[in-house]
Amino acid sequence: MGSRLDLFLLTIAILLGTVLSDLILSKVDRRVDLRSQIVRVTSTLKVENDGTNSVLEVLLAFPDNHVKHLAYLAVTPKEGKGKSKDSANSFPMELVHPKDMPPALTFYSVSLPKPLAKGDSLTFDVLAVFTHALRPFPEQITQADIQLLVFQESAHFLSPYAVKVQSLSIKLPDARIESYTKLENTKIHGSEIKYGPYESLPPFSYSPIVVHYESKQPFAVAQELVREIEISHWGNVQVTEHYNLNHGGAQIKGEFSRLDYQARPHVRSASAFRNLVARLPPRARSVYYRDEIGNISTSHLWGDSKKTELEIEPRYPMFGGWRTSFTIGYSLPLHDFLFQSEEKRFLNITFGCPINDVVIDTLIVKVVLPEGSSDISVSTPFPVKQLQETKISHLDVAGRPVVVLEKSNVVPEHNQYFQVYYKFNSLALLREPLMLISGFFFLFVACIVYMHADLSISKSSASYLAKLQWDEVQASVQQVQSIISRCLSIHDKLEASLRDLSRTGDVQSCKAARKAADASLKELIKELKPLLTFLQSSQQASQILPKVEDLVAKEKDMQDRLLAKHSTVVDCYEKKYGGKEIENRVAQQQQKINALRQEVDDLLDFVDEI
Amino acid sequence: MAGPKPEAVVNGGARQQPSDLLKKTVGVKLKLKTKQQELLIRVSILFLVYVLAFITRLFSVLRYESMIHEFDPYFNYRTTLFLTQKGFYEFWNWFDSESWYPLGRIIGGTLYPGLMVTAAIIYWGLRFLRFAVHIREVCVLTAPFFASNTTLVAYFFGKEIWDSGAGLVAAALIAICPGYISRSVAGSYDNEGVAIFALLLTFYLFVKAVNTGSLAWALASAFGYFYMVSAWGGYVFIINLIPLYVLVLLVTGRYSMRLYVAYNCMYVLGMLLAMQIRFVGFQHVQSGEHMAAMGVFFLIQVFYFLDWVKYLLSDTKLFQAFLRITVTLAVGVGSIALGVGMASGYISPWTGRFYSLLDPTYAKDHIPIIASVSEHQPTAWSSFMFDFHILLFLFPAGLYFCFKRLSDATIFIVMYGLTSMYFAGVMVRLILVATPAVCLISAIAVSATIKNLTQLVRPNHKVSQTGSSKGTGSVKGSSKVTIDQSQPFQRNGAIVLLFGAFYLLSRYATHCTWVTSEAYSSPSIVLAARGAHGNRVIFDDYREAYFWLRQNTPPDAKVMSWWDYGYQITAMGNRTVIVDNNTWNNTHIATVGRAMSSYEDEAYEIMQSLDVDYVLVVFGGVTGYSSDDINKFLWMVRIGGGVFPVIKEPDYLVNGEYRVDKGAAPKMLNCLMYKLSYYRFGELTTEYGKPPGYDRARGVEIGNKDIKLEHLEEAFTTSNWIVRIYKVKPPNNRW
Repeated sequence: MGSRLDLFLLTIAILLGTVLSDLILSKVDRRVDLRSQIVRVTSTLKVENDGTNSVLEVLLAFPDNHVKHLAYLAVTPKEGKGKSKDSANSFPMELVHPKDMPPALTFYSVSLPKPLAKGDSLTFDVLAVFTHALRPFPEQITQADIQLLVFQESAHFLSPYAVKVQSLSIKLPDARIESYTKLENTKIHGSEIKYGPYESLPPFSYSPIVVHYESKQPFAVAQELVREIEISHWGNVQVTEHYNLNHGGAQIKGEFSRLDYQARPHVRSASAFRNLVARLPPRARSVYYRDEIGNISTSHLWGDSKKTELEIEPRYPMFGGWRTSFTIGYSLPLHDFLFQSEEKRFLNITFGCPINDVVIDTLIVKVVLPEGSSDISVSTPFPVKQLQETKISHLDVAGRPVVVLEKSNVVPEHNQYFQVYYKFNSLALLREPLMLISGFFFLFVACIVYMHADLSISKSSASYLAKLQWDEVQASVQQVQSIISRCLSIHDKLEASLRDLSRTGDVQSCKAARKAADASLKELIKELKPLLTFLQSSQQASQILPKVEDLVAKEKDMQDRLLAKHSTVVDCYEKKYGGKEIENRVAQQQQKINALRQEVDDLLDFVDEI
Repeated sequence: MAGPKPEAVVNGGARQQPSDLLKKTVGVKLKLKTKQQELLIRVSILFLVYVLAFITRLFSVLRYESMIHEFDPYFNYRTTLFLTQKGFYEFWNWFDSESWYPLGRIIGGTLYPGLMVTAAIIYWGLRFLRFAVHIREVCVLTAPFFASNTTLVAYFFGKEIWDSGAGLVAAALIAICPGYISRSVAGSYDNEGVAIFALLLTFYLFVKAVNTGSLAWALASAFGYFYMVSAWGGYVFIINLIPLYVLVLLVTGRYSMRLYVAYNCMYVLGMLLAMQIRFVGFQHVQSGEHMAAMGVFFLIQVFYFLDWVKYLLSDTKLFQAFLRITVTLAVGVGSIALGVGMASGYISPWTGRFYSLLDPTYAKDHIPIIASVSEHQPTAWSSFMFDFHILLFLFPAGLYFCFKRLSDATIFIVMYGLTSMYFAGVMVRLILVATPAVCLISAIAVSATIKNLTQLVRPNHKVSQTGSSKGTGSVKGSSKVTIDQSQPFQRNGAIVLLFGAFYLLSRYATHCTWVTSEAYSSPSIVLAARGAHGNRVIFDDYREAYFWLRQNTPPDAKVMSWWDYGYQITAMGNRTVIVDNNTWNNTHIATVGRAMSSYEDEAYEIMQSLDVDYVLVVFGGVTGYSSDDINKFLWMVRIGGGVFPVIKEPDYLVNGEYRVDKGAAPKMLNCLMYKLSYYRFGELTTEYGKPPGYDRARGVEIGNKDIKLEHLEEAFTTSNWIVRIYKVKPPNNRW
């Protein structure tokens, strides 16, 4: 800023003393708030039309070197004491370059809601928010020092109009004031410095003042913040915020001692900040806090129906000049933010970052709309740079349209709602599940085809034929097995009939059972024959053939013995022998049958394993 | 009476026939069904085992987070990231100037790319299928995924050497075996994760090739071997075990055409394929470690030749003479070739690592850098128990079964088991290699035993059923009972034994789960401890320090630390390091060791010569974290002293004792490592009731509390003091 400029301005002021003299500012009240790293200047202006024509526009002037720090400017009518900083009733304004104006000044032209007639007056508030306007001095401090800041301003309101009465008050944090420029009418009131009132100053009056004071406020500056807002029509808005943060205050020099930091954190490390609080919308869930190398475990989350608060601690305390980067992410319920208007849907969500008192040098907001959205339009309360890109996420074919909004110098005042309008067919929701389903479907179909199709290249190769033969052999062995087991069940029936006989003495039914068994056994043996001849002819079966033949033979033997035993028992009953007698006669056979049965079972098991 | 009788018979016949028919069809269906059911059960068991193997390894993600563990995985992760970002050729030609400053490292030529390429292919595949995954997630889950695949290979291997039952049991055992889990939990993104899969796959395919004599299987095993070579240095085990196995088969007279085909194809193709890996290069023909394979290759040719001659010559005497001449000639030519190769330096001698495997005491005397790694220590019995649990007792039982049913395949598994068990005894980390063999052999034991027991139970079951039904009917049954008198006892015994086996196996499962969740899931980057109130306290100091380095130091800053932390600093801190875990240059490491063990001004000169900007030390005195630099310090002294005789170990010891308290050696109290670890520690009270400067890791009050640093200044210390970073000041002005 320097005094060179001031001199220059003063000379210009004298030269152009009467320009635009239609308007005069009858009263200017400026309040500068220096309690955080963000400088907020609220000016209450009373404009009077002193000329002949009615006036529609009022010019606001800022020095160029202030303008580059100007983050937010709003002009609102002064209506009562209520904080009416609503963007709705603020006056529109635009950047203008009027002729015959001194250089190194930037002008904003405020359009009044209704023409100001001669003699009329209007009072309104101008809120100008500056970032990086506070300079740490000294620029480097040790861990134990408290940082000192320098603030430069003009004691007189810089304006192209003459000012009748004006005053300036500067609100400082509750701490030591190193020094401040003493002009006439300067008063200090606790942590507030007052300049003025000054009366009847010509246009472009300028009187530089410097305030040098202690501040323990954190200087969290996000050089870049990328907010990605992804809409899922399944009911979720996923917000991911990538921060690139540094401490913009006085840089630390020399050692960082953990011991000092631990022992007296607020005395010996006053300039560091250790945590930040993010105010998330209510019903935020699945909150995470991580960085490139993993999760950061030092965070706390609590919430009620009005808000969710996330307190995050960077991995290390942030001293001046130290940097960190991290990502926070959270999910929000869709119905809180997505609305329908006529044919279009629109997303209504805040623009700025949820962390208090963070200055953002570059804010990039990306709104990721669902795949297939069309007719995208954006409405923002302040001008931003707009871009479009596509993002490919899970199961996307064409990619999702992304609206990119870029804005530099963002302060909490920019935390206003903006809207993204788009058209989206709800049926398109089903596309991704259907894709997944069909994917699995084709996978299973492919499996089925593979299992059932014969994929061998050479149908005449030896191994292929052998495999076919082996399959046949296996099938016939299985059939043999099933026949044998059926035989065995017939044996059981025969035994059962014998038991019936012993209980009831009904010889006839026993005989009938035997006849039936005989018949079915014969049939089974008939069935067995072709199978055996096949097995004998097949080379592949040479290994198991002996076992199978053995099995069949054993079974046959057992059959014969069983039938013999049956007839013996029946005979005995017919001859009315006693139980003991019968038992004695049969005992030997029974023993053999049991042994055979055991062998057959073993053989069956053995064959089964093949 | 006569009238109704035939009718009854007819009726009965008629009744019986449909029921019989029904039974027939039902029987056929049932029979088919049981086969299908068996397949279904087998597939679903395998599927469950597959899933189990994956999810049991996710404990680390549940307990901590989805992150890369330990040390080496960070290097692998960094290289994978590079591969996915820059493509394969850039990766292959990568010269890394961020490590081994000022030497640098040719990454493409000094690493096994298998793991990174695998992860990158999975990543690209998923991307192609439109799954927008992060490469970190892929890397974290690579090891569990391959562990799951290993269970499948184990199943097929078990099926090949025994039967499908043994295969299933092997799959289940290996899925949760702690010895394997220790290296394959989610996040343990290390070569071993895929290498065990490749190892077992190669072995399986080779055994399959030997069993079938099929060229296709031999080719497959050559490709398996190629994958193994690309993934892990442990391939040397394969290239020595397979020739040994072939040799054993030759000696025991089991030579066959199948073996000839399998080995020749596998060896020749495997060797040629392996040469494509730059890190391995021509070692297969030039290094002593690979000579056994080549020798056996020539030997098997001689065998084939002899076989052919034997076929031609009908006279046995003539053949005997011929045999003698050929064998002498072959052995003579072979040894001369070997001797000439060794003498001319064409064949390099065995490396130290190989020696230290054969002789456990070798490393201690000759290569302190190998001996200094905790996972290279000989294995304690307790860790065998910890990693194998009941498998340790099932292993001999399985060997018994293998010997009982000796075949080419079982001989292989026996040899694999015995050799790998020996190596597992030599080095802790090689338990991993033994695990599949132990699981397979134990699975044979479990499967065979249970099968025998169930067979005892099953037929008895049938007999007893018929017996009992008879017993209810009449006295006749009693004769039956007397026949089976010995069996009920046997059956009860079998049931008891079955329950015992079930109990043991369930104990194994609980043990494995417990070990996995408690011991093997810690990422070792993040430390967790129990607080005073039983709550979980997280020490995230490593990442705190690395992230501080990443954010708040100049991008070209050089960081000096002990080599353990090199990979992590480059991966997480993104800064250049002097030495890292790829311990290829012993002198460089010794230089760092020397700097750490010198006085500050001497160390300053060394650090100046290495352009060091920051020095990082790990210190556990505040938290009681015992694997810190002070405890590793003696190894730094030893390794430094191994190259620079100025550093003498006795200077740091008092009567052969390592101390840090008042009685410590003066050189110890003033060396750089001591100063950096304990700088301003003397003013800190760590434990209630103890004097300030009480070192909780070693349980003593430190001996030098008034430490002044001249050439360094504290740049950062983490919240629990575990990592301390110092900045090296620029040289003082001379005037």
